Amino acid sequence: MMKIPRCKGARDLLPEDMLRFRQIEEAFRTLCTLWGYQEIRTPTLEYLHLFTSAGTLTPEMLSRVYTFLDWDGWSGERVVLRPDGTIPTARFYVENMADSPLARLFYVENMFSFEGTGQKSRERWQCGAEMIGGMAPEGDAELIMLALEILNKIMLSPVSVKLSHVGVFKSLLKEMGLTDEEQARQLKEILSGDIRTINSIEGQPPGLRRFVNLIIDLQGESEGFMENLKSVLPVKFKAARACLEDLERIVNLLEGIGQHYQIDFASAKGFEYYTGMVYQFYSEGNVLGNGGRYDELIPLIGGKNIPACGFALFADRIDPVVNEGKGAPVNILLSSEIDRPERMKSLFEVAGLLRAEGYVVRIDLGDGSSAPFRWKISLNKKGKQIQFNLTDMATGTKEAGITRKRLLQLLKSGAK
Amino acid sequence: MSVKLALPKGWIQGHTASFLERAGFEYADYRQSSRSYRPESGAFPDLFTKVLHEKDIAIQVATGNYDLAICGFDWTRELLVRYHHEAIVKIRDLGYGHRNLYVASSRFSDIQSIEDIKAKHGPVRIVSEYPNLAAAFALKLRLPDFRIFPVWGATDAYPPEHADLAIVSASSEADLIRKDLVPIAKILSGNAWLIANRNSLQQKDMSRILASFYRTIPKTPETEAELKISEIDSENKFEFSPIEDNVILLALADGHQQAHTISFLQKAGVKLTGYESSSQTRRPAFGFNGVDVKVVRPQDMPQQVASGNFDLAITGKDWLADQLYQFPSSPVEELMNLGFGRVRIVAVVHNNLPVQSTADLRHRLESGLIPILRIASEYSNIADMYARENHLSPYKVIPSWGATEAFLPEDADVLIENTETGSTLVKNNLKIIETLFESTGCLIANSNSLADPLKKGRIDKLVHIFEKGLKEN
Repeated sequence: MMKIPRCKGARDLLPEDMLRFRQIEEAFRTLCTLWGYQEIRTPTLEYLHLFTSAGTLTPEMLSRVYTFLDWDGWSGERVVLRPDGTIPTARFYVENMADSPLARLFYVENMFSFEGTGQKSRERWQCGAEMIGGMAPEGDAELIMLALEILNKIMLSPVSVKLSHVGVFKSLLKEMGLTDEEQARQLKEILSGDIRTINSIEGQPPGLRRFVNLIIDLQGESEGFMENLKSVLPVKFKAARACLEDLERIVNLLEGIGQHYQIDFASAKGFEYYTGMVYQFYSEGNVLGNGGRYDELIPLIGGKNIPACGFALFADRIDPVVNEGKGAPVNILLSSEIDRPERMKSLFEVAGLLRAEGYVVRIDLGDGSSAPFRWKISLNKKGKQIQFNLTDMATGTKEAGITRKRLLQLLKSGAK
Repeated sequence: MSVKLALPKGWIQGHTASFLERAGFEYADYRQSSRSYRPESGAFPDLFTKVLHEKDIAIQVATGNYDLAICGFDWTRELLVRYHHEAIVKIRDLGYGHRNLYVASSRFSDIQSIEDIKAKHGPVRIVSEYPNLAAAFALKLRLPDFRIFPVWGATDAYPPEHADLAIVSASSEADLIRKDLVPIAKILSGNAWLIANRNSLQQKDMSRILASFYRTIPKTPETEAELKISEIDSENKFEFSPIEDNVILLALADGHQQAHTISFLQKAGVKLTGYESSSQTRRPAFGFNGVDVKVVRPQDMPQQVASGNFDLAITGKDWLADQLYQFPSSPVEELMNLGFGRVRIVAVVHNNLPVQSTADLRHRLESGLIPILRIASEYSNIADMYARENHLSPYKVIPSWGATEAFLPEDADVLIENTETGSTLVKNNLKIIETLFESTGCLIANSNSLADPLKKGRIDKLVHIFEKGLKEN
C-alpha cells in the first residue's frame, strides 16, 4: 500500500509540540480569565461575505483564503475557512452580545491562509483577546499590559513592544487637503507597509512635512521622544496631537513598569480595520503577536457604533519555556504475572488506584522501552492476596513481594 | 525525450494552423475544421501533439502533462489569477487571436459605470466563463458582496435580470453592443501565447521547436500583462420593461440539444420564433401566454433554475444529476421526462488498458499498477461520485470543457462521457467499461416556483401541452 503523506502546507503537531502549545494556551487562558475575559469559540466556516464586506481584509489576504461552495452552495454563496479571528469575533458580538456595553472576550483558534510553497504551515493557531466597548486609551493599555504579562510569563527571552498610531496618519492625511477617497487609499498603502508613500504627497503645509519626515525616519525609546514630537508638530494639528497624547499615556505606563518598548510609526502595518493605536510584540527579532484599535469594524459589519480593540498572539511563533522536572508527573509502568482471567481485572484495579494518587500509569502492553518511566511495578499473587514487585529505575533498587500499603509508602518516599 | 505540445481547438484553431504553417511545422491534419486529436508534424516527427479544448490547455501545461502549448492569454490568466502557479512560463506573444475581456452590463440595466457597480445594494451577481478572473475583478474593486456564477457559455443571455454584470471575451466593444451589452470596463487584453512548463524548460532540450516559434515575426504584441480595470465611457442606456410578476421563465438550450428541442416543441404545437440555430437572439418569442424564454447552455440550467433565475428549463438528466451530486439540497427537480436525445453516461478507458469493468480498474489501483486514477470528464461531480461509490482510491478528477476523448490514454486513465451510438468512442480506440445511467431531455423546475400557486397553475398548463407533444411522438 502506498504511503499517504499529509497535505502540502499542513503540519503535524508532535507530542512535544503539543506540550508547548498547551503551555502557551494555559498561560493565556489563565491570565485572560483572571483579567475578567470570557472564552468563546467561533465556527471554522464563515461566509466569504463577512470578510469582503466593507474592505475588512485586503485583496492580497482575500486572494489567499480557503474558499469554496458548500454542499448547499447552489446559490453561489461561498464559505471560507476562517482567515482571521477578530472579524468573526466582531460578528459574534453583533449576533450574540449586541446589548452588552462592554465585552471582554478571548479565544484560541486556528486560522487558515494559503501559502504557495507549502514550506510554511497554512494553518496557524492564534490566542486572541478582544475588548468591545470601553474607553481609549485605557482599553489599549489594558490589552497591551495583558499581552505583556502573558508573554513575560511564558518566554525566557525579553519581550518588547513596538507602538504606532493609525490615528496620527489619518489626521495628517486629512490636513493635507486630500479627497476622502484619496485619504482612504493612502491609509491603505500605509497599513500595507508602505509608509513612505505619505512623503510623496504634494502640497503639504511645510510644518507638516517636517513632522512627517521625523515620524517616518525616527524610532524612539523614551518619554522624551514623545515630547520632542509634540514640540515639532504645529499647534493647529489638534487631532494628531490628541493621538500623540494617547500614545504618550501608554508610554508612561510602560516606563512605570520598566517594560522595554519602541515607538516606531512605520510599524503601523497590518489589518485594514485598524483605526487607532497599533502595536507589535516581539522577542529576538520575531514578531510574536500584534494588535490594535478597530473602532469602525463593528458598525461596518452591521452592528452598532461601538469602539473596540484587541490583540492576537501567534502560538506557532512562540517558543515557551517548557516546565520540566518540578510538577511533572511521575511515570509508572505496570505489568502482571497473574494468569488470565484475573490478570486484566487486577491490572486495571491497581492502575486505577495509583492514578487516583496522581501517578501516570501505563499498563505494559509491550511498550516497556517506548517512553521513560520512573517505577516499574509487577503484580503477582500469593494465595488470594495480590503482591507487588517494585523497581526504582532511578536507583536500580528493587523490593519484591510487598503489600499495597508498603508500595504506596515507597512510591511516596522515593518521589522525594 | 519527445516534446509534448498542446494546440487549441475552437475559434482560434484556424489562426493557429496558419501560424504553425508559417513557422514550418508542416502539420497535415491541423486546420480550422480538422478533427484529429493527434496531428503529426512533418518537420518534427518526434514532437507529440495533442489538440485540446482551449480552456483545458493551461492546466495541462501547469501539471506538466505538456511541455509547450499555444493558448489564449485569457485562459492562462484565468488559471494563474486563482492558483498562483509558478509552473507556467509565458514564452512569446504570437501576435494573433487578439481578445479583450470586458466587464459589461445590459443596455437595459441601471448599472452603467464602475461607480454604479460599487453603489449597488445587495450582492453584485457576475456571470462569466472566467469565474476566477471575475472574482479577482470583484476583489480588486473591493465589492463588499458579490456572487460569481460560472457558466459554460451564452454569457450575454443573463444580464440584466439574471446577472448584474457579465465578464465576456470579445474582439471589440462593437461585438458587445451587438448583443445588447454595454461595456463598462476592459480588464484584460491579449493575443494567443506560446506557454511552457517551467520544469520542461529547465530540463528538456526543446531548442529546435522553440526556434521555429521565433522564425515568424508576430505583428505588434498587444498583450497587457495584468488584470487592469480601464473604465469605458458608454452611453447606451435604454428603458427596460421588467418581467411581469408570475411570468414563467423557461430556459431552452443552444448547441447540440437545440434540434431535439425544436422538433419536440413543434410536435407539442408550441410556436417559437427566433430559436432556430441561425438566429442570434437569446430571447425568442414563445407562443404561450405568461411564459418568457431565454436561450442558455444546457450545462448551466440546473444551477440557474436552482438559483431561481428560471422557473423551468429543458435540459438533460445528466446535467441535473451533476448539479445534485454537488449540491444535494439544491431546489431543482425533474418535472417531466421528455424522452428525446437519449444518451448513455459511461465510464470509458483506452482499448490498450487490460480492463473490462470498474472492478478491474479497482484491482489495478489496489495492486499499484495505476498509482493515481485520473478521471477526466465534463461531468466533474458525476465523475467524483463514480470514484467514491466504487472505492477507486486514490483518484483525481480532471474537469474538462470538451474534446475529452482526446485525454486517453496519455492524460487520463478513465473518462466519464456521454455517448449516443458509441461510434465516436470506437473511432478513438476507446471502450466502455460501465454504463452509469441513461440520460434524456427533461423538463426541470425550481422547487419554490412549484410551491407558488400562481406559478404552479401556469406551469401545469405548460406541462399539459408538453404531455400532448409526448403522445404525438
